[in-house]
Amino acid sequence: MRSRTYQWAVWLLFFIAAVITVSCFSLSVGSFFIPFKNIVAAILHRKSCAEHVILFDVRLPRILLAFAIGGSLALSGVILQGVFRNPLVEPYTLGISGGAAIGVCLNIVFHLNRWFGILSLPVCGFLGALFVAAFVYSLSVKKGVLKIQGLLLTGVMISFISSSLIMLIMAVSRAEDLHGIVFWIMGSLEEPNNALILLSLGVSIVGLILSYLFCISLNALALGEEEAMHLGVNVERSKRFLFIIASLLTGFSVSIVGIIGFVGLVIPHCMRMLVGRDHRILLGSSFLGGAVFLIICDTLARTIITPVELPVGVITGLVGGSAFVYVLTRKQIPLKGK
Amino acid sequence: MLCIRGLGCGYYGRQILWDINLEVPAKEIVGIIGPNGSGKTTLLRTISRLLKPKEGSIHLDGKDIWQIKCGELARKIAVVSQGSPEETLTVEEFVLLGRIPYFEGLQFLETNHDFEVAKECMALTDVLRLKDRPIGRISGGERQLALIARALTQEPALLLLDEPTTYLDIAHQVGILDLIKRLNRKMGLTVLMVLHDLNLASEYCDRIALLSEGRVHIQGTPQEVLNYKVIEEVYKTVVVVEKNPVSSKPYVLLVSEDEREKRKKKL
Repeated sequence: MRSRTYQWAVWLLFFIAAVITVSCFSLSVGSFFIPFKNIVAAILHRKSCAEHVILFDVRLPRILLAFAIGGSLALSGVILQGVFRNPLVEPYTLGISGGAAIGVCLNIVFHLNRWFGILSLPVCGFLGALFVAAFVYSLSVKKGVLKIQGLLLTGVMISFISSSLIMLIMAVSRAEDLHGIVFWIMGSLEEPNNALILLSLGVSIVGLILSYLFCISLNALALGEEEAMHLGVNVERSKRFLFIIASLLTGFSVSIVGIIGFVGLVIPHCMRMLVGRDHRILLGSSFLGGAVFLIICDTLARTIITPVELPVGVITGLVGGSAFVYVLTRKQIPLKGK
Repeated sequence: MLCIRGLGCGYYGRQILWDINLEVPAKEIVGIIGPNGSGKTTLLRTISRLLKPKEGSIHLDGKDIWQIKCGELARKIAVVSQGSPEETLTVEEFVLLGRIPYFEGLQFLETNHDFEVAKECMALTDVLRLKDRPIGRISGGERQLALIARALTQEPALLLLDEPTTYLDIAHQVGILDLIKRLNRKMGLTVLMVLHDLNLASEYCDRIALLSEGRVHIQGTPQEVLNYKVIEEVYKTVVVVEKNPVSSKPYVLLVSEDEREKRKKKL
């Protein structure tokens, strides 16, 4: 079992290397190709040539955002799947994305962004997400016990309700607002505000660190809540904190980049196949794996038919979904197993 | 060691246990028997703190169990329940989970000592040879052994078992209970177990508590508890109690309807 620790270290190094590799790749490709040695030169000389501007003002922020969002969504997915002991749960199952979407839609329809500036969009989205998360949570707490199955069902219902509400808003809104709503829902990693990007980086990393405080609890929860209690795990506290961490990560991601599907569902599954079911490695590798996946997808989205940019959600769905189906059917792996 | 006084509890307003008084002395094997629905499992769940008692108290070594911290309790009481564990874990990974109560605040990896304890417990329960097999791919008897190995890895003073012999063949039933008896003798482990099989309870338990409709009907040595009057009264079925010729413990024989009819005619 000593070897297990080495194995985990190798996996982590592998994923970190993968993040660096795909970031370099993503830095160099685009409508204007920059060879790798020019990147190094641009970093070293810090001169404000065209390459420098493209690298640091256009491509690097997107990569950082993709890293943060991909990591957050995959981490949130792996946490929720662990808490619910259900491999089909993903960050959007609980209606948090629906809440964020309603917040943003209302903002667009009532033109709040004209009065309070463009930053009010993510703020409204985040408030919507928080509101739904708190609502779903409070509906599922009975006598201080968080009923996990109830939480799941209410979450799914809230998602349906919120997508109906969004349709309602879309039906009564004007054409130019409609465009904004559709554009937002499709999701994009284009984010002009650097402070938001740094904030999302910070949130995702803090989320990762906090989730590691509960990795042992997550391992015990895999046996069921009662067995986890027998092992001395404070199950209620763990469930509550894990739910809060996952909600905040999801709400934050959705309110900044819109709805980018599939990362939170597929990445945890793939990681379970690769590194096993132990959350001590699963949390970190899912985070890094999600980051790599979203950086790749975003690079594809902006390069496939340049200069037009595809919605990144299209790429994550197509690439992630088909790769996942391929792997599942080829290797005959049980859905839950490694 | 474990002392239950005036315990009453239930789920969702429906009371299941009434005024339970039970003493589990250190280093003894105590069996809980009783008909289906008499509250055996509920009693075990209350002791393992899954259920909060409505009245009465449960003391472990003189301390109320609700005053003990989760982690500390898990180092004292280990539970072998009937649940089917996560199927893709290997036996060793599964057994190692029993060390969770010993993790310090920010400890993420098992220490060498943890690995050693797990290995020892797997050796004791004879599952060491299966350590790399997934739990889903071993037989029911082996799985029960793995569950016991995990509980032992917690290094508890008191072991609670919920029907450890269900679904097992006679060889495995005897194997599991022999193991428990050995652990009791050699390591001084106190055992409280729910058993369905009256004869196994008679063979292996130092003391037996018979539950009936949520109350302790009678408790004492197997000889005191297992006589045909008591059993017929509680289980509402006709039995004959003989002496086991090998161990001279009580042995409960069942009587079928046909035989009962025949007897009636003869009389």
